[in-house]
Amino acid sequence: MLKINDLHASVDDKEILRGINLTVNAGEVHAIMGPNGSGKSTLASVIAGKEEFEVTKGSVELDGEDLEDDAPEERAHKGIFLSFQYPVEIPGVSVTNFMKTAINESRKARGLEDMPANEMLKLIREKSELLEIDRKFLSRSLNEGFSGGEKKRNEIFQMAMLEPKLAILDETDSGLDIDALRIVANGVNKLKSKDNAVIVITHYQRLLEHIVPDFVHVLHNGKIVKSGGKELAHELEEKGYDWLKQEQAV
Amino acid sequence: MDLKEKLISSFMAFENNVDVDHPVHDIRSSAIKNFEEKGFPTKKNEAWKYTSLNSLQKVDFSIFPKEENTIEYKDVKKYFIHEIDTYKIVFIDGIYSSYLSETTHDGVDICLMSSALTKPMYKAVIDVYFNKIAAKDESLTSLNTAFSREGAYIYIPKNKMPKKPVEILHFATGNEATLMLQPRNLIIVEENAELQVIERHQSLTSNEVLTNSVTEIFAAKNAIIDFYKVQNNVSTASMIDNTYIDQKDKSVVKLHTFSFGGKLTRNNLNFYQNGEYIDSTMKGVTILGEKQHVDHHTLVHHIQPNCESHQDYKGIYGEQSTGVFNGKIIVDKIAQKTNAFQKNNNVLISDKATINSKPQLEIFADDVKCSHGCTIGQLDEDALFYLQSRGIPEKEARALLMYAFANNVLESVRIPELKARINKLIAKKLGVNLGFDI
Ligand SMILES: Nc1ncnc2c1ncn2[C@@H]1O[C@H](COP(=O)(O)OP(=O)(O)O)[C@@H](O)[C@H]1O
Ligand SMILES: [Mg+2]
Repeated sequence: MLKINDLHASVDDKEILRGINLTVNAGEVHAIMGPNGSGKSTLASVIAGKEEFEVTKGSVELDGEDLEDDAPEERAHKGIFLSFQYPVEIPGVSVTNFMKTAINESRKARGLEDMPANEMLKLIREKSELLEIDRKFLSRSLNEGFSGGEKKRNEIFQMAMLEPKLAILDETDSGLDIDALRIVANGVNKLKSKDNAVIVITHYQRLLEHIVPDFVHVLHNGKIVKSGGKELAHELEEKGYDWLKQEQAV
Repeated sequence: MDLKEKLISSFMAFENNVDVDHPVHDIRSSAIKNFEEKGFPTKKNEAWKYTSLNSLQKVDFSIFPKEENTIEYKDVKKYFIHEIDTYKIVFIDGIYSSYLSETTHDGVDICLMSSALTKPMYKAVIDVYFNKIAAKDESLTSLNTAFSREGAYIYIPKNKMPKKPVEILHFATGNEATLMLQPRNLIIVEENAELQVIERHQSLTSNEVLTNSVTEIFAAKNAIIDFYKVQNNVSTASMIDNTYIDQKDKSVVKLHTFSFGGKLTRNNLNFYQNGEYIDSTMKGVTILGEKQHVDHHTLVHHIQPNCESHQDYKGIYGEQSTGVFNGKIIVDKIAQKTNAFQKNNNVLISDKATINSKPQLEIFADDVKCSHGCTIGQLDEDALFYLQSRGIPEKEARALLMYAFANNVLESVRIPELKARINKLIAKKLGVNLGFDI
C-alpha cells in the first residue's frame, strides 16, 4: 500500500530525513520508535504532504502512485490520515462543522453529492459514542481549550469519521491517561481491517500493548536503523536508546 | 468653488428653510462658524494622518436633494432585517419616507429628528440633550450640527423597552449625480430601559455619495443599548460617522461595526463614562478588497471609577485596501479600578494591502487594569495544513480560517437574524460556500 524509497527531506537546507525505506502492506500495523528529534514527526508530515519540508531525493508511493505532486488535501482524498502530535486550535469552527466540511469535500473529490444531513448526524453520533465523546464537546470550537487528552481523542474521532486507508498516529498516546488510552486504542482497533493499515509513532511500549504491531522500526538521525517484530519494542523499553548512539559511534 | 465654500454659502439658503428663532438655531450658527474656522481636517492633523479627504472635497456635491424620490419596498427589501418585525425609520436621499417606515409613539418615541427639533412637546428634551455630548470643537461634527434638521429621534422612558428592534436606513437613489447627506440622530434611553438599533446606509446606484453623520446616544442608569452599524455600501459611497455616547451608572452599551464595503469610511466612536460600574463594548469586523479604505478611531474616556471597556476589532484586508485602527483610552486620575481592554487583530491577504494600527493610552490613575494588543499577520500555515490534511482544499481552507477569524466577534450579537445575516455577508465577502449551515 505505502512504499517509501530512499526518502530524503530537508527544511531550510537542513537535512532531516536521510534515506528512509519502508513498505507497509494492507492489513499491517507498523510502529515507529526513536529518540526525540530523530525525524518521526517530519516523516509523518512528509507523507501527509506538508510543503514546508522539501523532498530532495526518493519518493513516497501509495498503491503504486507517486504522491510527489499531490497537495495535502489530495492525499487525504486518497485515504491518508495523520493524527497530529500537536493538533492545531481553530477558534470559530465547531468540531461538527469542521467534520461536515471535511467529509463533504472528500465526497466532492470522489464525485459524490453532499452527505444527507440525517446520515451525517447518525455517523457523528455513532463515532462519538465509539470514542466516548460527550455531545456538548462537538459544538465547541475545534481543539480550542481542549486538554491534551481531549485533543488526541478528537483526532481519533476524526479518523473514525473519515475511515482512512492509511492512518499515521503521531504520539497519540502522549497526554492520555490509562482509561483514555484504552478508549482510543479500542477505537483504532475497531477501525482496523485487512484493507487498511496503521503506522503508530510512539516512545512507549504502553500503547503497543493495545495496538499490537506487526513490525517495529527504530528511527535515528533521519534513518531507520533497526527493524523487527513486536519484541523489539520490549527491548527498547528496557534498554532505552543509548545503545543506538554507541552503535552509531562505532 | 470648493466644497467648504459651497457648504458655507449653502448654510444661508438652509436658514431660509428652518426656524431661526428656535434656540437650536444658535447652536447651528456657532457650529458653522467653527467649521468655517477649521475647515476639513488635513493629513497634518494627527488624527487624520492615514485618511485623506482631499479627493472628496473635489467632488461638486449636491447639498440639498430634490424633494420626493420614491423607491419600491420590493427593491430594497434585502437591506432590511425582513425575517423579523422591526420599527423602521427610513430616509430616501435624506428625506423621510413615511411609507417605508414604521414609527411609534406608543409608550416610547421612535420617530423623526425634524419633529423633535420643531414641535413644542419635545422642546424640554431637546434643551437637555441636543448637541450636549457631541464635540463642539471638531469640524466635521460642527458641519453636521450646522445642517442638523433630519434623522432618527428615539426616546425610551424609564423602565421601558420597545417591542422590537429599530432599523435606521438611509437610501441614496442616484437621482442626483452627486449627493452629500448629513443625518443627525438623537437617542435617549432612560433608567432601566433597553434598546436595540441597526443602522445602515445604502446607495442604490454608482453615483457618488458622501454621508457625514452624527449620532448622540444617552444611556441613563442601568440602561442597556445594543447598536449595530452595517457598512456594506457600494464603492462610490463614502461615510464619516461621528457617534458620541454618554453613559451613566451601571449602563451597558455594546456597539458593533461591520465594515464590508464603501469607498472611504471613517468611524469616530466616542464613549464617555460619566458614572460608575459602566460597561462599554466596541466590536468590529472589517473585510475589505479593491481600493477600499476604513479608518476606525475609537475613544473611551474613563471619567469615574469601577468601570470597564472592551474593544475587539478584527480586520481582513485584500487587494489594495487600507485600514486604520486607532484606539484611544483615557483613564482620569479618579477613575481607579478601571478595566480597559483593547484588541486589534488583522490579516493581510494581499501584499498590496496595508493596515495601520495604533493604541493610544493616557492613564492617570494608578489602580487600573489595562491591556492592549495588536497583531498583523498572514494566515497560520500550520492551521492551513491541518485543514488540508483532512481533505479541505487550500482555497476553502483559507476561506474557512478567515471566516473563523472574523466570526468569533459575532458571539455578542443578540439579534439572531442579524447574526445570521452578518455571517452570510462574511462568507460572501470571502467567497466561501461554507459546507454547513450558519
Ligand atoms: N520546521 C522545522 N524547521 C527547522 N527544523 C525542524 C522543523 N521541523 C523539525 N525540525 C527539526 O528536525 C528534527 C526532527 O524533528 P521531528 O521530526 O519533530 O522529530 P521527532 O518527531 O522524532 O521528535 C529536529 O532536530 C527538529 O528540530
Ligand atoms: Mg514528534
